[in-house]
Amino acid sequence: MPPGGFTASGKESYAVIYADNAATTRMSEAAMDTMVAMMKESWGNPSSLYAHGQEAKEVLEKARKDIAEAIGASPREIIFTSGGSEADNQAIRSAAALGRKQGKMHIVSTAFEHHAVLHTLDALREEGFEVTLVDVHENGLVVPEEVGEAIREDTCLVTVMYANNEIGTVQPIREISAVCRKRNVIFHTDAVQAVGHIPVNVEEDGVDMLSASAHKFHGPKGVGFLYARKGIRLKNLIEGGAQERGKRAGTENVPGIAAMAVALKEACANMEGNAAHLTKIRDRLIAGLREIPHAALNGDETRRLPGNVNFCFEGIEGESLLLLLDDRGICASSGSACTSGSLDPSHVLLAIGRVHDVAHGSLRLSIGEDITGEDAENIIRNVKEVVSYLRGFSPIWRDLTAGKKAFIL
Amino acid sequence: MALYSEKVMDHFRNPRNVGVIEDANGIGEVGNAKCGDIMKMYLKIEDDVVQDVKFETFGCGSAIASSSMATEMIKGKPLSEVKQLTNKAVAEALDGLPDYKMHCSVLAEEAIHSALEDYQKRTGRKI
Repeated sequence: MPPGGFTASGKESYAVIYADNAATTRMSEAAMDTMVAMMKESWGNPSSLYAHGQEAKEVLEKARKDIAEAIGASPREIIFTSGGSEADNQAIRSAAALGRKQGKMHIVSTAFEHHAVLHTLDALREEGFEVTLVDVHENGLVVPEEVGEAIREDTCLVTVMYANNEIGTVQPIREISAVCRKRNVIFHTDAVQAVGHIPVNVEEDGVDMLSASAHKFHGPKGVGFLYARKGIRLKNLIEGGAQERGKRAGTENVPGIAAMAVALKEACANMEGNAAHLTKIRDRLIAGLREIPHAALNGDETRRLPGNVNFCFEGIEGESLLLLLDDRGICASSGSACTSGSLDPSHVLLAIGRVHDVAHGSLRLSIGEDITGEDAENIIRNVKEVVSYLRGFSPIWRDLTAGKKAFIL
Repeated sequence: MALYSEKVMDHFRNPRNVGVIEDANGIGEVGNAKCGDIMKMYLKIEDDVVQDVKFETFGCGSAIASSSMATEMIKGKPLSEVKQLTNKAVAEALDGLPDYKMHCSVLAEEAIHSALEDYQKRTGRKI
């Protein structure tokens, strides 16, 4: 048996270092307790008028208030969704619908957005919209002035993610929103990786719409929310009822929503301490993995999420790296083509200028609050061993070291 | 259901015939770094039999496992048999591969055929 695994209860049966928190996080105990309690006690339909239904409605509205407070919004500006992807879809579709009415059919975004954004933009292109993707540069950071240059008279939306899900770079959101405001263009940000991890405040940040997902901050899967500034008319993606002020039909997932609110409150209350701890471990991981020859950090070294480390290692392929790390009890992810099920490696790595050859050899570690210094040393040691083992029978590495091919990194 | 069969994982974790044959008389390299898979096969052929075979692979778990299995399937075998090795046979010997990984077994077949071609070119012999 490989040294790693979870039991059905979610507890580790033996030592596992879970370093894939950007994919999903383990639910917090408080969120789980809330969810179960709601299932047992407040399972009524919030739209029902009898006491049991209204009790569920109260739970729902309390969650809305807590979530609004956590991001500096007012409760009426929060719409519950099935997650970040739905929120992204709804935000972009809403701005596009407004734009179409005004004859504004141009959208500004970036090439390294999440596919929930990029694929929605692709669909809008088919419907006649034009999309400009601004450069994210080698360091994975958008330049606000370049957003300004991309905005046209007919631009109806700028959508730029708060923090990138693969390379963790945190965008200059306030500067970007200032540019948008000056030009009177709606600004949406996919903040799925940011909310609960770094300070997010829709007022101070100046964003008009924001998407978030519960399972990225120790809440349950299948729940998220869209913040839409008062006055922005939302377009429905799902028709069929008066829930969410008529903007999102379907009986609300009350247990999930209540658990999301609890998880977010908890994440925000502990944010400062968690971030300090994670940043320290992150920087140790970066320093340790840098010792591997012909390796490179992806994304800006400091302007990145406290828990994100992303490297490219020349001469190896990411999936085999992940499988061997899994054997050693380390859960991580990669942007290699083989892990995405397509022929192309991660669009994020390609967007920051990594060529295919090295993008296939990427490793993303997204660490969680429970990580220890000892775990970091364990990760560094194992990654070094596995990279060196795989390079040992890589024909590319042979050619590189024999001087038949030039190193890229 | 795991991504890979036990057999794939076994060959991935403990690849057989890894390395280089310095005096190989048939070498084949297929794939490219852009796509994320490169396989290199080294054959030592004597008396129309694959006396020894080694491989080097840059690629995912199934690419490494396919190379390993393919080398096992041809080692000690007469060329008449080796040239008939198909990707399907490699995949079957591994108890199957996920659909989108079948190209890894194709690479293994191609690497062997490319090495056989190289052998024919070097020696002028027809197989």
